[in-house]
Amino acid sequence: MIRPHRTHALWLAFILHRLSGIGLALFLPVHFYMLSLALTDPDQLDGFLAFTDLLLVKCAEFGLVFLLAVHMFGGLRLMALEFLPWSPRQKSYAATAVALAFFVSTGFFLQAV
Amino acid sequence: MDKTEAFLDVSIWREQNGDGHFETYQVPRRANQTILDVVAWVQQQADPTLSYRFACRVGMCGSCAMMVNGAPRWTCRTHVLKVAEGASLEIAPLRNLPVIKDLVVDMDPFFDKWVAADAVFAPSQTRDDPMAPITPDDTMRIAADDAIECINCAVCYAACDVVAANPDYLGPAALNRSWSLVNDSRDAGQAERLQAVSAVGGCHNCHSQQGCAKFCPNELNPTLSISGLKRATAKSLLRWGR
Repeated sequence: MIRPHRTHALWLAFILHRLSGIGLALFLPVHFYMLSLALTDPDQLDGFLAFTDLLLVKCAEFGLVFLLAVHMFGGLRLMALEFLPWSPRQKSYAATAVALAFFVSTGFFLQAV
Repeated sequence: MDKTEAFLDVSIWREQNGDGHFETYQVPRRANQTILDVVAWVQQQADPTLSYRFACRVGMCGSCAMMVNGAPRWTCRTHVLKVAEGASLEIAPLRNLPVIKDLVVDMDPFFDKWVAADAVFAPSQTRDDPMAPITPDDTMRIAADDAIECINCAVCYAACDVVAANPDYLGPAALNRSWSLVNDSRDAGQAERLQAVSAVGGCHNCHSQQGCAKFCPNELNPTLSISGLKRATAKSLLRWGR
């Protein structure tokens, strides 16, 4: 359960940014390892690429693209907060970052299936 | 809350010599009852050994902040009706500060950080010089205005997860005060202040969770002030510290 002093939109935006960052940090080494198979073991890479055609994997990729997009848009929000003149619309910007991330990841998913 | 309930179930944190637990009291409901009224009733009618801190009762002195149902509040201006869950209240000492006894916390770490943030005015003139002319529409004056109504209640300090995670972090209130001085054109200590607020535990530790702004009883926005300090220290870096 989220403790009462954290139950507000911008803390949720913070935790989403943090968790998406951790998720991407865990994903990227695996991603680079799989890419390296193109040089070291092309047959294994082809097998893996066939595996990624499964619908379940596409759903997982939707999640990955969402994490990437929400971290990117959330990062832009934080850079704007820190380097541009203050705006009182912080909650709107956080909501926009999530909406754009859904738009991008859903667009990817529709194209992938 | 059900207004027909005759009593409130109030859990209050009792602690002495580092040994703490919640104790429950039945407190009669009153019209327009504040959390401080509830604590005062317990101390006066149920258990005179209960320790808590208050002074003005009107939201000016910043003495009576406590955690109420898990969120930091100024208790003298917080109505029971607005924060009670059903007929129950949980009242605890402010988070992120050491407990002295029951609901009383040691504010020293909080104020030590005001000093560490160089949140002290450094005069550039003497009393013999003429008054510095600062007009109300001055840009720096307007920026300072947004930060000067702090009552030092430490609600923002208790709301902040960065303070909880990093004991060196100066915290929202101290940094907010420094920002008001960065915007004081009469102040002569700006270079030292920017160094103090950008050192270990300084403004760049802030994760912009904005709990400070959410819970500040005077509706100040320390995150705005901290982002101003981040910009000021970044500009100072580009000027090689000048």
